[in-house]
Amino acid sequence: MIQMMRALGVTAVVVASSLGGQAVAQTKQLTLCWAAWDPANALVELSKDFTTKTGIQMKYEFVPWTSYADRFLNELNSKGKLCDVIIGDSQWIGGAAENGHYVKLNDFFTKEGISMDDFMPATVVGYSEWPKNTPNYWALPAMGDAIGWTYRKDWFARPEIQAEFKKKYGRDLAPPETYEQLKQIAEFFQGREIDGKKVYGAYIYTERGSEGITMGVTNVLYDWGFQYDNPKKPYQMEGFVNSPEAVKGLEFYKSLYKCCTAPGMSNAYMSEGLDAFKSGQVAMQMNFFAFFPGLYKDPNVGGDKIGFFVNPKQKYHFTQLGGQGISVVSYSEHRDDALAYIKWFAQPEVQKKWWALGGYSCHKAVLNDPGFPKSAPFAADFLKSMDIVKDFWAEPSYAELLLDMQKRVHDYVVADKGTAQEALDLLVKDWQKVFKEDGKI
Amino acid sequence: MSVFRSVNDRANMSTLAEQAVARTPRRLALRFRGLSDRAIAWLFITPSVLLLLAINIFPLLWTIQLSFTNYRANRPNAPIRYIGLDNYRDILTDTEVWHAMQATAHFVLWSIGLELVLGFGLALLINRRFRGHSVWTTIILLPMMLSPAVVGNFWTFLLQPQIGLFNSAIALLTGVDPSSFQMIGDVALAPWSIIMVDTWMWTPYVMLICLAGLRSIPDYIYEAAEVDRASPWRQFWSITLPMVMPFLMLAVLFRAIENFKMFDMVNLLTSGGPGSTTEVASITLKREAFEKWRTGYSSALAIILFVTVFGAANIYVKALNRVKQR
Amino acid sequence: MTMPVTAHSVAEPSPRSKMIASVVVVTYAVITILPLLWIFLTGFKTPPDSIAYPPKILFAPSVEGYVNLFTTRSRQTPEFLASLPLPQTWYERLVRSRNMVIGGPSKVVPRFVNSMVIGFGSTFLAVCFGTIAAYAFSRFRVPLADDLLFFILSTRMMPPIAVAIPIYLMFRNLGLTDTKLGMILLYTAVNVSLAVWLLKGFMDEIPREYEEAAMVDGYTRLQAFFKVVLPQATTGIAATAIFCLIFAWNEYAFAVLLTSGDAQTMPPFIPFIIGEGGQDWPAVAAATTLFFIPILCFTILLRRHLLRGITFGAVRK
Repeated sequence: MIQMMRALGVTAVVVASSLGGQAVAQTKQLTLCWAAWDPANALVELSKDFTTKTGIQMKYEFVPWTSYADRFLNELNSKGKLCDVIIGDSQWIGGAAENGHYVKLNDFFTKEGISMDDFMPATVVGYSEWPKNTPNYWALPAMGDAIGWTYRKDWFARPEIQAEFKKKYGRDLAPPETYEQLKQIAEFFQGREIDGKKVYGAYIYTERGSEGITMGVTNVLYDWGFQYDNPKKPYQMEGFVNSPEAVKGLEFYKSLYKCCTAPGMSNAYMSEGLDAFKSGQVAMQMNFFAFFPGLYKDPNVGGDKIGFFVNPKQKYHFTQLGGQGISVVSYSEHRDDALAYIKWFAQPEVQKKWWALGGYSCHKAVLNDPGFPKSAPFAADFLKSMDIVKDFWAEPSYAELLLDMQKRVHDYVVADKGTAQEALDLLVKDWQKVFKEDGKI
Repeated sequence: MSVFRSVNDRANMSTLAEQAVARTPRRLALRFRGLSDRAIAWLFITPSVLLLLAINIFPLLWTIQLSFTNYRANRPNAPIRYIGLDNYRDILTDTEVWHAMQATAHFVLWSIGLELVLGFGLALLINRRFRGHSVWTTIILLPMMLSPAVVGNFWTFLLQPQIGLFNSAIALLTGVDPSSFQMIGDVALAPWSIIMVDTWMWTPYVMLICLAGLRSIPDYIYEAAEVDRASPWRQFWSITLPMVMPFLMLAVLFRAIENFKMFDMVNLLTSGGPGSTTEVASITLKREAFEKWRTGYSSALAIILFVTVFGAANIYVKALNRVKQR
Repeated sequence: MTMPVTAHSVAEPSPRSKMIASVVVVTYAVITILPLLWIFLTGFKTPPDSIAYPPKILFAPSVEGYVNLFTTRSRQTPEFLASLPLPQTWYERLVRSRNMVIGGPSKVVPRFVNSMVIGFGSTFLAVCFGTIAAYAFSRFRVPLADDLLFFILSTRMMPPIAVAIPIYLMFRNLGLTDTKLGMILLYTAVNVSLAVWLLKGFMDEIPREYEEAAMVDGYTRLQAFFKVVLPQATTGIAATAIFCLIFAWNEYAFAVLLTSGDAQTMPPFIPFIIGEGGQDWPAVAAATTLFFIPILCFTILLRRHLLRGITFGAVRK
C-alpha cells in the first residue's frame, strides 16, 4: 500500500512538472508567428542576421494556412503571450486595431525615422492602416502578395498544340489578357492528352472552410465591376454588390469551374493548386505570387517549363490583394525587443535581402530599383499586379463578412444552389445584418 | 438508470480477509477508524460530482445566461446587452439552421439504419461460429478504434477522384471512369460520403452489441422451438428479434447521441460542403461560435441542440426500459 | 466460470451455413480493412508516388514519409546544396537526394508526448474519482442514485462544441487556454462519467461477502475498500483506464478549439501535416500508423471487455 502510494506520488509529481511549462530562458528570445509556407522559411534564413546584430534569439511558430486564422485569432482573442511579433493577415487589421491586439506604431515610426512613404502605397493601405486611408499604422508592410497565374510554357510552346489552337480560335496561343481568352485556353486544354496523361484547363480556388473561394472569385468579380459598397456612401451595398455586372461575373466564375477544372477540386485552395500544377494536371493555375519562387525552383515544372501572367482583365483590371504586415502583439512581454525587430526589418538592405531570399518586399528601394523587373521571371508581373490590387473588407467583423461570402458563393458555384442573382442578393442581406449589429448602418 | 442487472459470481472466499488484515498499514487504520458508511459514501461521490458540476453544469448555466445576451467573445470589452429571446427567435426562424438540422437528421437516420442492418447481419453470421471467426471479428473492430478526425482526414485522400483508392476500386468493379464522379464535391453524393465513412467506422459497434444480445439467448429456447417444429424464419421473428431488441435499441441510442453531436469526422471530410450540403449542426455551431464569434447566438443554438438530444434520449430510454421489462 | 451460452438460429448451424457465413464475414472484413491497409502502405511511398494517378499498388518502398514526419525541411537550389558540408546521417542523405535540407525536428514528438501526458493524466484522475464513486453507488444506498447516474450520463449528450464555448471563456479567464493542465481537467470531467458507469458494473460483480467478512474481523469500511475490493477490481480498473485513455487519445473537438501550441495533441496535428504543396500524405499516413499502434495493442488486449466499454457498462458478455 505504501509502495503504491509512493509510486502514485512520484507519478503525480512527474505529471505536474511536465505541465509546469518550460524553465525561464536566460537568453533573450522573441517568438514570431506566421503561416507555414516558403516565405516563412526564407524569413528564418533572413532573421539570422537580426540575431547576429542584436543577440536576440528567434523562435518561430508557423501554422499551416488552413488553420492560420483560427489559431492566431484564437491566440489574440485569449490575450495569449505566445507571439511577440506576428505577421497577421491583412484583413485582421480592423479587429486587431479596435480590440487592442496590436501595438500602434505611429510613435515608434516617428522616433526611429521609419516613414510609410518608403513603402508602396497599396501595401501601406492594405497591410498597415486602420481605419483605411487614415495615417494610423498598426503594422509594417512585410510581405507583398497578390493573385497571379502560372502556366505551362512548355505546353504552350509545342508546335502541334500551337497549330491546333490557331486553327480553332484564329489567334496565337499566348498567355491570356482577358478572362474570355483564359476560358478559351482552358477549354482547349480540358481533357487533352499530353504525354500520355489526361490534363485539364485551369485551377481556381474553391475552398469552403476558411477564405479560399472568396479569394478566387473576387479576381473575376472585380474585373466585371463588383464593388463592395457605394464609393460615395460607405456601407451602401445594394446595387454595388449585386449589380447586374457582378451577377454576370459570378456566373462566369461558375462556368469556368464547371467547364475547365480538374475533377475533385471542390474544396481546393493554395496547396491543392500547387499539387495540381506540379503533378502536371493543369495548364494554368491561379495562386498567390508568394508561391512563384518555389514553383520556379521545382524540378518537374519549374525553370523553362513555367511562365507567369497577371490576373487577366475584363471590363476593369484588378487583382485580389494578398500579403501581410508585421505587427507587435500588445500582450507580448518583450515589446522593446519586438520593436527592435521591426526596426531591423524596415531597413532597405534587409528588405533587399528579403527579396533575394524569396520574400516579397514592399519597400520602394527594392521595387523601384530599375533592376527589379529582371530579377526574377515573375517580378515584372508582381509589380504590375501590385498596381491593380483590391482587398476584401478589413472591418473588425471581417470574419463574419468573409464567412457569409464563402457560404453564398460556394453554395452557388459548387453546390448549384439558386442563381447568381439570388446568391448576391442574399449576401447583401447577410452583410447588412452584420453592419447593423456593428452599428455602422 | 440501470438498464441491465449484474450477474453475481459465486467465488472462493478463502483467506482474503486475513490477507487484508495483514497488509493494512496501521496509520491509515487508526486515522479512518470509525468513519461511518454514510460519510464514506459522500466522501467518495463528491469529487466526481464536484468536477462534473464545475466542468459541465456551471458552463451549462453560463451558456444559458449567455444565450440571452449579444455577447461576442472576440470583443471582450464591449458592454453586454441582454436581448431576451431574440437569439432563440433568430435561430428558429433561420432557414439555414433548419437546413443544418435536416442535414444532421439525414446523416443520423441513414448511418444508423445502415449500421443496424450491416451490424445485425454480421452478428448473425458471426454467431454461426465458423472457424477463425474471432480473428476476423477483431479485424472488423479496428475502424472503430481510430480517431474520427484522423479518419475524416485520410478519407479525403481515399475519396479523391484521381489519386484515391475508392474511385479506382469502383472503376475496377463497374467499369466507369474514375474521374467521372466525385463523392465529396458532388452535391448529391456528399451526404452519402459522410454516411459511408460513418458506417465504415461504427458498424462494428452495432455488431458487437448485437453479438452480445444473440449470445445471451439461452439454447434451450431454440431447442424447445425446434421440438415444436418452428421454421428458422419463425424462430428468428419470435425468438431472436424480440430478445435482441433491447440490445439493438441500446446500440441505436448510443449511436444516435454520438452522431447527433458529430463534428470531427464531417468537418475534416467535407468541411460541411459543398456549400452547406453536409453542414451538420455541430459545424454550424462551430462556425457561429468560433469563427464568427457570435457567442450569445451560438449559446442559444447549443441550448436548443442539447434540449433536443436530452429530451429525445429521455423518451427513448423510457421506451427502452419498457421493452426490457417485456 | 458459468456455462458457455451460445445462441443459434437453428440448433446447430450446418457446415454449409457456416461456410456461407464465413465467406460473407471474411469478405466484409477484407473490404473494411482495405482503407487501413492502404493508409499503412501509403506511409511507405514517396510523396510523388502517393499522389500518382491512377493510384499505385506496386511501388518502390521508402521511409521518406517517416523522415518527413519527423523533420522540417526547405527546398534549396543545387548550388546551395553543393556548398553545404556532406550529410552525416542516412536521413539527411535521403532528404538531400530530394534537393532539400533538414531544418530541424518537426513538432510531432512534442505532440505525441502531449497526447500521452494529457491522456494518461486525465485517465489517472478519472479512474481515481470514478473508482471511489462507483464503489459508493454500488455498495451504498445513495439518495437519488438513478437520477445522479443519469445526470452523469447526460453530461455526455452535449455536443463538444457547445461545451467548448463556456469552457473557452472559463479557461481564458483562468489562464488555462492551451495548457496541459486545462486539458487534463477537461478530459477528466468527460471521462469521469464513463469511468463511473463502467466501474459501477465491475464493482457490482465483486461479491460483498469479502468486505463484509473483513469488517466482521474488525476492519473499517475504508480499509476493506483499499485492501479487499480494490485488488479484486484491478481488471475492471485497467479496462476502464484503457477506455478513458482511448477517448482522450482520439479526441479532436476540444483539442482543436482549446489548444494551439503547447498543449496540442496529435488529432489536431495530423490533418495539418503539410508538404510542399498540399498535405504530405506519406507523412500523414506515417503519423496515423504510429498514432494507432498503441490503440491497436489495447484493442487486442481488451477484446474481452470491449463490449462493456463501448456501452458504458450497460452490456456485459
